[in-house]
Amino acid sequence: MSTQVALDARIPDGPVQEKWDRRRFEVKLVNPANKRKYTIIVVGTGLAGASAAASLAELGYEVLAFCIQDSPRRAHSIAAQGGINAAKNYANDGDSIWRLFYDTVKGGDYRSREANVYRLAQVSVNIIDQCVAQGVPFAREYGGLLETRSFGGTQVARTFYARGQTGQQLLLGAYQALMRQVDKGKVTCLPRREMLDLVLVDGKARGIIVRDLLTGAIERHVGHAVVLATGGYGNAYYLSTNAVNSNASAIWRCYRRGAFFANPCYTQIHPTCIPVSGEHQSKLTLMSESLRNDGRVWVPKKAGDRRPPSEIPEGERDYYLERKYPSFGNLVPRDIASRSAKGVCDDGRGVGESGLAVYLDFEDTIQREGVEYIREKYGNLFDMYERITGENGYQTPMRIYPAVHYVMGGLWVDYNLMSAIPGLFVLGEANFSDHGANRLGASALMQGLADGYFVIPYTLGDYLATSAFRPTSEDADEFKQSADQARNRLERLLSIQGKRTPREFHREIGRIMWDYVGMARNEAGLKHAIQEIRRVREELWQDLKVPGSNDMLNKNLELASRVADYAELGELMAIDALHRRESCGGHFREESQTPEGEAKRDDANYSYVSAWEYPCSEGEPILHKEPLKFENVVPTQRTYK
Amino acid sequence: MDQGKREGMTLYLKIWRQPGPDVPGKFVDYQLAGVSPNMSFLEMLDVLNEDLIKKGELPVEFDNDCREGICGMCGIMINGSAHGHEDATTVCQLHMRHFKDRDHITIEPWRARAFPVIKDLVVDRNALDRIIAAGGFISVDTGGAPDANAIPISKVRVEEAMDAAACIQCGACVAACPNGSAALFTAAKISHLVNLPQGEPERRSRALRMVRQMDLEGFGNCSNHGECEAVCPKDISIKVIAQMRREFLRGILK
Repeated sequence: MSTQVALDARIPDGPVQEKWDRRRFEVKLVNPANKRKYTIIVVGTGLAGASAAASLAELGYEVLAFCIQDSPRRAHSIAAQGGINAAKNYANDGDSIWRLFYDTVKGGDYRSREANVYRLAQVSVNIIDQCVAQGVPFAREYGGLLETRSFGGTQVARTFYARGQTGQQLLLGAYQALMRQVDKGKVTCLPRREMLDLVLVDGKARGIIVRDLLTGAIERHVGHAVVLATGGYGNAYYLSTNAVNSNASAIWRCYRRGAFFANPCYTQIHPTCIPVSGEHQSKLTLMSESLRNDGRVWVPKKAGDRRPPSEIPEGERDYYLERKYPSFGNLVPRDIASRSAKGVCDDGRGVGESGLAVYLDFEDTIQREGVEYIREKYGNLFDMYERITGENGYQTPMRIYPAVHYVMGGLWVDYNLMSAIPGLFVLGEANFSDHGANRLGASALMQGLADGYFVIPYTLGDYLATSAFRPTSEDADEFKQSADQARNRLERLLSIQGKRTPREFHREIGRIMWDYVGMARNEAGLKHAIQEIRRVREELWQDLKVPGSNDMLNKNLELASRVADYAELGELMAIDALHRRESCGGHFREESQTPEGEAKRDDANYSYVSAWEYPCSEGEPILHKEPLKFENVVPTQRTYK
Repeated sequence: MDQGKREGMTLYLKIWRQPGPDVPGKFVDYQLAGVSPNMSFLEMLDVLNEDLIKKGELPVEFDNDCREGICGMCGIMINGSAHGHEDATTVCQLHMRHFKDRDHITIEPWRARAFPVIKDLVVDRNALDRIIAAGGFISVDTGGAPDANAIPISKVRVEEAMDAAACIQCGACVAACPNGSAALFTAAKISHLVNLPQGEPERRSRALRMVRQMDLEGFGNCSNHGECEAVCPKDISIKVIAQMRREFLRGILK
């Protein structure tokens, strides 16, 4: 590996409580009359992108907002169910900004940046105020005040929610704020556009190349800064709870242009998803993990026991979470529940047709509390389960299995959310900044909106006010070259005319990733994965078959381009997982575990953010390290026994 | 893959194929074997498309994204019914176990004047975004909001607001309406916002502007057929339309 540049996260001095205040005072401001002279490109219109686009337009900037869907309101933030955390302490149960900060750093297994997490906890309270003012219909008590619940094993009730559709309602709030700016002429929405490249002028992010997904036209768009809010890369695994069009291409193009990719191996695998039903499966559906409050997880004690669950007597069942973790039982954190399910299935004790599922059984609770109790609490989830599987969860145990759900890794950003490329800012799941090696439930919505409503409006202004911009246009050489490269790449994909479809390649990459860079990783497996991904990548460029042409709506061409990127990103994820010879959060290295089989961190050697730089010529990516300093929270070993 | 060897149902599909917006379309027949009852309807179309690509034909284009019934991107007519015949279900959540071996299935795009066909089963629904841009919001800038608990809101009202806010903007209501009206969609947003005190200051202008935009986009008028309510995958009640009419009148009579 070549020379490493010390990464400067530009964290403000002073105690953690004062850092954000300091930064807000330090930042240079853009004269109100000058704001309209700046054009900001925002890519992605989920919680982070829509809130950023709306807020920046309110300040007076000209905003171009891009999304791949037909409407900005369809971004995958819309699918988040559970809720959004905020340190409001409305429940008077001991919550505070400090506690939310502490829980998030601990939950992230001490691999996140303290200063960012503290700021996140600070602005969390403003988010709820903002959303209520926009008309987000959060659940309320009979007295008319907001209701909160505890979520994901936290001991305080800090989660605000709108039925099981919190993500949808928050996104509609941000979308409506965005459409208000469209109405005012401050935002131009460009839907059905996919970003293909980032354009740098004098080393600064000055524009993007997009494909109009309806006509295939390659467009060039110029701005003074680019804000990327394009979500996570969970679809590198083919099957995930992401939307089928969610993809990594925008961040991957930026990585190839010089942005650093941080912690690519940190993925979150959610324990309560509906299992795969066959080769045709196109995506996985999550069921809220609140189900684990009342359901008991079990498998047969004997490997290969194919009897239906009702015929397996109590004495021949293994309630393995309750057995292994007597104090937390079925409520252990996501990573532990997922790994344990994999373990029993690897032992041949998995259930269902595929043997890749465990039971989530409500019988005891139904016996004790009655079926109405369950129906009232989880009725919609049981309906959803029945819609998808055709089985009645009240009568027979549900079958669940873990699925890729969220990625904590993403493009490296400094405290101001700016990447290693000046003028390229990255928000939401697309960046790496706040969740360390594991994200807590109800924190993704919080981070997306914090970045968009309350961080970028300050930090972007500072960049604009302190930078000099050479006039450029879409006719400049830099734009022309990038557009040509993007077009040529698509033409190349179309010209291969081999035998295998983009979906087949996607499935194959996903299988490698799931088997070797999934819930448990080891050195041999990761090395094997790297070889395998390289092989598939080579085959892809020789044997891919993409139908149609570039000048039409062509979803298989879109997919082919994204899959070609997964064939590169997957390798980087494996390289990162291989280099990190410790277990932490969602990254479990089999070589690094306690005698009881739990994840064992190695703080002496790995207490840093790994930030990978794309090599200029052929060769291995270059590793940069950002050391993590814990001045306020002392790292300890997590235990749930 | 050799279709004859696949286990599962065989289906006879009649699918609308249209190469582009200005090109005439037509129905094309396909026979698909090996359909598993555990597939979703869109996964069934995925399998068909894989076969078509292998045969060197163009796959059927259809919009879809989250595949869990919340993004509103998918939507097609199945045997004349928007999103198919299952109650409160988007087409991505409709599973093939509701069909029988040797069924004939007709698949068409949404058909409405305000939703021009782009290609095959994909239509342009941007008119709905423009209706929202004409007032489907509460005018608050980021930063100035009072404490979230400053205004108590009764649980009943907030639940009613939430019922209306559940709309996913899929356009099934428009496609099912004999008049091609977007009344249910527009009214759902008006109802969501007018049920909350925060939405009160702009209620008149909002209703007037949104209804006018709806007319400008070429949607038809509502004549109380109720088809919209019947097909809505989110069970939005037609009573929101009555509420919209009241709000519109209030706006005019100001």
